[in-house]
Amino acid sequence: MADFIFAHSYLILALPILSFIIIGLGLNQADKSVVIKLAITLSALSMGYALLTATAYLITVMGQPQLYPAQTLICFDFAWLNFSEKLTANMGIYLDPISVMMIVVITVISFLVNVYSVGYMKDDPSFNRFFALLALFSFSMLGLVISSNILQMFVFWELVGVSSYALIGFWYEKPSAVAASKKAFVVTRFADAFFLIGILIVSFYGRSFDFQVLNSPEPATLLSNSFLPGIFSVNILTLSTLLIFAGGWGKSAMFPLHIWLPDAMEGPTPVSSIIHSATMVVAGVYLTARMFPLFAASNTTLVVIQFIGAFTAIFAAVIAITQVDIKRILAFSTLSQLGYMIFSLGVAKVVTEGGHHHGADINPLGYSAAMYHVFTHAFFKCMLFLGAGAIIHAVHSNDIMKMGGLKKLMPKTYWSLLAACLAIAGVFPFSGFWSKDAILLAALQSGHNITFLVGLVTGGLTAFYMFRFFFLTFHGVARSEFHDVHEDPWMTTPIVLLTIPTISAGLLEHFFVSRVTTQVLTESGHFAHPGWLPFVATGVAFGGIGLAWILYGRGKTDRAVALQSMAGPLYPLVYNKFYIDEVYLFITHKIIFLCIASPIKWFDRSIVDGTMNLCGWLLQLGGKGVRLLQNGQLHFYLSMTIIGFITLLFVGQ
Amino acid sequence: MTLSHCITLSLILCAIGVYGILTRRNLIGILLSVEVILNGANINFAAFAHFKATDPTAGAIFPIFVMAVSACEMAVALAIIISMYRRKKRLDVSRLEELNG
Repeated sequence: MADFIFAHSYLILALPILSFIIIGLGLNQADKSVVIKLAITLSALSMGYALLTATAYLITVMGQPQLYPAQTLICFDFAWLNFSEKLTANMGIYLDPISVMMIVVITVISFLVNVYSVGYMKDDPSFNRFFALLALFSFSMLGLVISSNILQMFVFWELVGVSSYALIGFWYEKPSAVAASKKAFVVTRFADAFFLIGILIVSFYGRSFDFQVLNSPEPATLLSNSFLPGIFSVNILTLSTLLIFAGGWGKSAMFPLHIWLPDAMEGPTPVSSIIHSATMVVAGVYLTARMFPLFAASNTTLVVIQFIGAFTAIFAAVIAITQVDIKRILAFSTLSQLGYMIFSLGVAKVVTEGGHHHGADINPLGYSAAMYHVFTHAFFKCMLFLGAGAIIHAVHSNDIMKMGGLKKLMPKTYWSLLAACLAIAGVFPFSGFWSKDAILLAALQSGHNITFLVGLVTGGLTAFYMFRFFFLTFHGVARSEFHDVHEDPWMTTPIVLLTIPTISAGLLEHFFVSRVTTQVLTESGHFAHPGWLPFVATGVAFGGIGLAWILYGRGKTDRAVALQSMAGPLYPLVYNKFYIDEVYLFITHKIIFLCIASPIKWFDRSIVDGTMNLCGWLLQLGGKGVRLLQNGQLHFYLSMTIIGFITLLFVGQ
Repeated sequence: MTLSHCITLSLILCAIGVYGILTRRNLIGILLSVEVILNGANINFAAFAHFKATDPTAGAIFPIFVMAVSACEMAVALAIIISMYRRKKRLDVSRLEELNG
């Protein structure tokens, strides 16, 4: 039975792509009701099959550790590209704890977003196109997570990029949406170039594309020699793993490549919801986790991952405090939470007494906690975005300063979002508390005290800005006129359904920590479990919520405005996101365009084009000369014939 | 009469023809000059067949063949010349130079 289920696990992917093809090619002009039925049925079937596969996996693979010591199963595999006899790129379906978790998360969220979109997009003229693209997006992300080798993953990785481009720029008549989709595509593509170079290096030295081979200890030793002698010496392992991580760096929008993510809010809200919870941005975290045993072999790589993650976490949290656009607050909160996941992966190595690392000192909790946070975050972040979409749909504005007093008008959204805000703030017993606690514990256990403190402070900031958003939106009195505010059942149902995992995903903590890990990570020694940590974390969260209540409770902003003026130039600095976008503009326009692109343009126009034009001009000149011979005078031709004949006669002798 | 007499005669005819082609400005004159060249060649055929060949029939057939072909050619050329005369009202080749490059 289980074998049968695994053998047909390609259906999880096949159903969304079928939906894309049928709706995109066949039903472009069809009636909405047909499209709704088809899209929801196919995504429900895909979700059902994913849940079935997950159940079969739990019983068969995880339940029999003696048969499957590595907890992995390749249930579909064929040779796709034969580069040489020893190097083949396969297409396959690779099931291990994290990929099974991801297919469940993606299909569930994709289904709920499909249902929600029926309500959200109902007046949109491009309704059918939206559902087609949404199906393509789910397909790409599902393909990414079940990839059995890095080349296959790269193909789906790019597909995710393309479909997100199409969805962010969905309202292509808006210039800002076009600019945002272009920005997202160019920034992630820039990072993907490094990813591809990393793949080439790893497969060249490691002699395989397969994750199973790459994550075994042999490639790490094959890769761990240096080239270039002396002070320029570069370790190939560090270089290649950093290059591969660069792909995730862009996709997961880590600083300084985070600039595309807030702008990606130009897409329809269901798209933001699915991008920020289950697809696209977690791809970078997933890639890091997927290649983790290889990454962990290089200490430098893990330190970089940890530093970037921690910095992004606090950086984005600080920016989120000052934003007034409801979707941008959530976007920066996603950045911050992604930072958590990334640094959690980075802290899985223990700092020893001498301050340097040893290969065996692995604390698998960092890995499990990151994956657990991916899981819990997907649900509450998806719900936050869906709730924000419902609010925007009702109020027709993105500005939280124009909201207020929505508690009575949208009670279901209010209570659901309260659960989500408590979860993201890390309040017991909501899901976010458990996953954040696990991450902080991992950082503390491995001895990365600074990262731990950053995580703790970020937790407080998260609680503060989430409740700032919450109080300003729902409490107090309305700060602008609303008309006809109502809750659409198509939209409210997914939001309410998502409260179930948001509240109860904490029950899975023990399962994640003990089982979701890779075989290569073996725990070395026992780690202390400080009992005070949950209380401190919750205390910090309540501190943040309390501060938000003092400043913004009952929907008032006068105290906050006073504080803003006290902060002086600091507030505009943070409000404008530390002017990172302006720095990018400066670098691209003033340095790259002016100093690099313009000379290259000149070279292309003058030298390259000039050479070609010269060739053409010379040939034309020759042609003009030859034309003179063809003067139309019959006598001239005949005398030339005779002269030629006589010449041949003499030359022939 | 020896072979060299005949060759000299054909050479003279050929030279007259070439001279005619190069100097005549009238298209019909050029056509006549071409005929003269062809007759020079025919004399060559007949002379060699008579003096040298073991089987003279082949040499006799060739001039007939050339005459037939040149008659066809003449018919076509005259048709072209007539239609050209109708269009242009002139047959001076130095003025017919529309087909230049």
